[in-house]
Amino acid sequence: MQLQDLTESLHKHPFLSNMDDELLKTLTSCASNVVLPEGARLFGEGEDAKTFYLIRSGRVALEIQAGERGQIRIQTVGPGEVLGWSWLISPYRWHFDAYAVEQVHAFAIDATCLRTKCETDHHFGYEMLRRFSEVLERRLEATRLQLLDVYGSAATGGENY
Amino acid sequence: MDTTLKLKINNLPQLFAALQSRGYTTVGPTLRDEAIVYDRIDSADELPIGWTDEQAPATYRLKKRDDNAYFGFNATPQSWKRYLYPPQRKLFSIKKNGKSLELLEEKDSNVKYAFIGVRSCELNAIMVQDKVFNSNEYKDDSYNSIRKNLFIAAVNCTQAGETCFCVSMKTGPKARSSFDLALTEVLTENEHYFVVEIGSENGASIMAQVDAAAVNENEIEEADKIIRQTESTMKRSMETADLPELLSENLEHPHWDEVAKRCLTCGNCTMVCPTCFCSTVEDVTDLAGQNAERFRRWDSCFTMDFSKVAGGSFRISPKSRYRQWLTHKLSSWVEQFGTSGCVGCGRCITWCPVGIDITAEVQAIRGVETQSEGSFGQQKGV
Amino acid sequence: MIETTLENKTEIKSSMVPALATIRRAIWETDDTFTLLIDPPADGNAFAFKPGQFNMVYAFGVGESAISISSDPAKPNMLAHTIHRVGTVTSTLSKLKRGDMIGLRGPFGAGWPVEEAVGKDVCITAGGIGLAPLRPVIYSLVRQREKFGRIIILYGARSPLDLLYRVELEQWSKLPNTEVIVTVDRGDSSWKGHIGVVTNLFSYIKMDSRSTLVMVCGPEVMMKYTVEELQRRGLSQEQIYISMERNMKCGIGLCGHCQFGPKFICKDGPVFRLPEVHHLLDKKEI
Repeated sequence: MQLQDLTESLHKHPFLSNMDDELLKTLTSCASNVVLPEGARLFGEGEDAKTFYLIRSGRVALEIQAGERGQIRIQTVGPGEVLGWSWLISPYRWHFDAYAVEQVHAFAIDATCLRTKCETDHHFGYEMLRRFSEVLERRLEATRLQLLDVYGSAATGGENY
Repeated sequence: MDTTLKLKINNLPQLFAALQSRGYTTVGPTLRDEAIVYDRIDSADELPIGWTDEQAPATYRLKKRDDNAYFGFNATPQSWKRYLYPPQRKLFSIKKNGKSLELLEEKDSNVKYAFIGVRSCELNAIMVQDKVFNSNEYKDDSYNSIRKNLFIAAVNCTQAGETCFCVSMKTGPKARSSFDLALTEVLTENEHYFVVEIGSENGASIMAQVDAAAVNENEIEEADKIIRQTESTMKRSMETADLPELLSENLEHPHWDEVAKRCLTCGNCTMVCPTCFCSTVEDVTDLAGQNAERFRRWDSCFTMDFSKVAGGSFRISPKSRYRQWLTHKLSSWVEQFGTSGCVGCGRCITWCPVGIDITAEVQAIRGVETQSEGSFGQQKGV
Repeated sequence: MIETTLENKTEIKSSMVPALATIRRAIWETDDTFTLLIDPPADGNAFAFKPGQFNMVYAFGVGESAISISSDPAKPNMLAHTIHRVGTVTSTLSKLKRGDMIGLRGPFGAGWPVEEAVGKDVCITAGGIGLAPLRPVIYSLVRQREKFGRIIILYGARSPLDLLYRVELEQWSKLPNTEVIVTVDRGDSSWKGHIGVVTNLFSYIKMDSRSTLVMVCGPEVMMKYTVEELQRRGLSQEQIYISMERNMKCGIGLCGHCQFGPKFICKDGPVFRLPEVHHLLDKKEI
């Protein structure tokens, strides 16, 4: 894929919608196109966060090793979403294992490359942080909702139910 | 026939007799358990002659009058509601027969009540409940079956109780409509009589059986004067202008917390209120589990169970339950039924064990609202 | 016209007295949720209802519970109630077998806006047991598939084992111009579907924010988050309908229990167009 094409297709990803062309070009220079087969392991807990992904199609599952409870699948990330932000925050290590549940098409972004760009170009860095904060806020909100266990059998129905 | 008559006190028993001859069960005020209560009474002798009540927030006591007035008292602990809408009513019985069930519906009552001594506020309360039980696609058949046979002999108030505020609610002290008869008791040094206003054909036909004379201008004026005096001596009031909006816009007002510190959530106010209509159902079975019955009984929005669903209760704090009662009564009621749910009888004030005064609570919400309109106004709709 | 004829409506003897009906079959959907298939009250009439309406279901000697109807309105000869076992009434109902009898009062309440959805895209968003009151709508949409645009069914449940109507979800997903996306709050490695809250699913569908009608039913928190998400995505409140739950003793606007501000959930709802109730959803303990 030509760099020009890559910039264009990156532009279509919801995470980058309405991004300034100049900034998008900066990002493109750190991006590549990847296809991951079903079952592929994208990264693992404790490993260095070298790459993050903008998912185009397919679904990635995040799992955590919960000791005696075994491997727990806590979330899936799908088309249009961002996979991974540990690259952004020191010590840049993944907190989860990530597997492709089905074949995944994604943009892989070189995190070291992007961090350097962010450091040298603060305007670009701010734009990245702004977009990531939004994603983080939404994720946090979703996690809270998940924590509420709204469908759980808080079965206190008593006599009337 | 004249629409207004003079009924001498000695002929009052004839009114009871006339009503009974037409098959009415006569119900009126009488002394019981150190209070004046509405009960079945068969004659005028059973009225609380010469008695009155002293009422104040959280206070009720009987007192001897220095005259022989028959209706010289104010709101009774319980209203007429318990006759039209009994505290408990069986809905059906059901029997198990192997796998199959057999259901027996409880028949509607065909009792004919004559209420003697309905005050104007209470008359208004009955009209409010008429709306409540008939505003739907589904009517309350049992209420209507009793209501349709009801004879109302209203009595205009000749004194203002300490907790009364009907004048401000425009519900009294004089009965204006929807009665069969309306009596005003006149007690002068020389004479004791009722000025009787006839409000329906049925009322007229009952009065035709009673010895009543024509009434003169002076006597009518005397009765009116007493009612005007009641009106002018009523101390308590509730400001009703824009009240529904005031309350619905102030659901987060700090004063609700203030009331919650005092409110015991006992539900007394809902039990004595002549318009409160909430009910629940109760199932009972015999020990063998072969026969069951279902009852409807009064319920109160002050209980925790009231708003309970499978996941828990929606109104846990006392604050939310008091707020529900007050905002329903004075605000959402208007949207639901086109009328306020409060008639100013003052029972909730008298019978609140800690003396919470609905008029004062409204004033407090109104007060803060007007005092710091600037800052509070901005919070609206937050 | 949409086929929800009410002409043959079963006569209700008295609004507070149930009609007796016989269980044809009980099906366990999950560990704690079951569906009762019921022969309507035996007076020869069909039991017509609108999608979204509910019955007061009476268990002999124990009590009554408001439960939405989850069967196909075009098949009024067999009623279904999908019931979550959470208390004494529902536990009693859960033990009933073929031939046992229950009492029914209803159908009560305002239903989903099936008529209004004609010519539009429809997004059904359900959480947990909330799929049950929406199933009659889905049946109605599917039956007259050509009258509606795109149909999107988003469904969130606690875990894969808690999913209702799995076979039907699969069937619906195969219909033309119809998408079914399911997510669970907790999965394991054997679950290949989505994990996460139902509001996440809106990221995966490109909804036409102008021509879509959304019908939402689930726990109140889930509906609040969903409504927020929809508005963030440019839908107006007028395009959103929700179905609410409150304690009900009568189902006919007389017992006072189900009040939500000035609304009686039983007769003004349970289905509301969002603007009718939105201003109260954020208020505590209404």
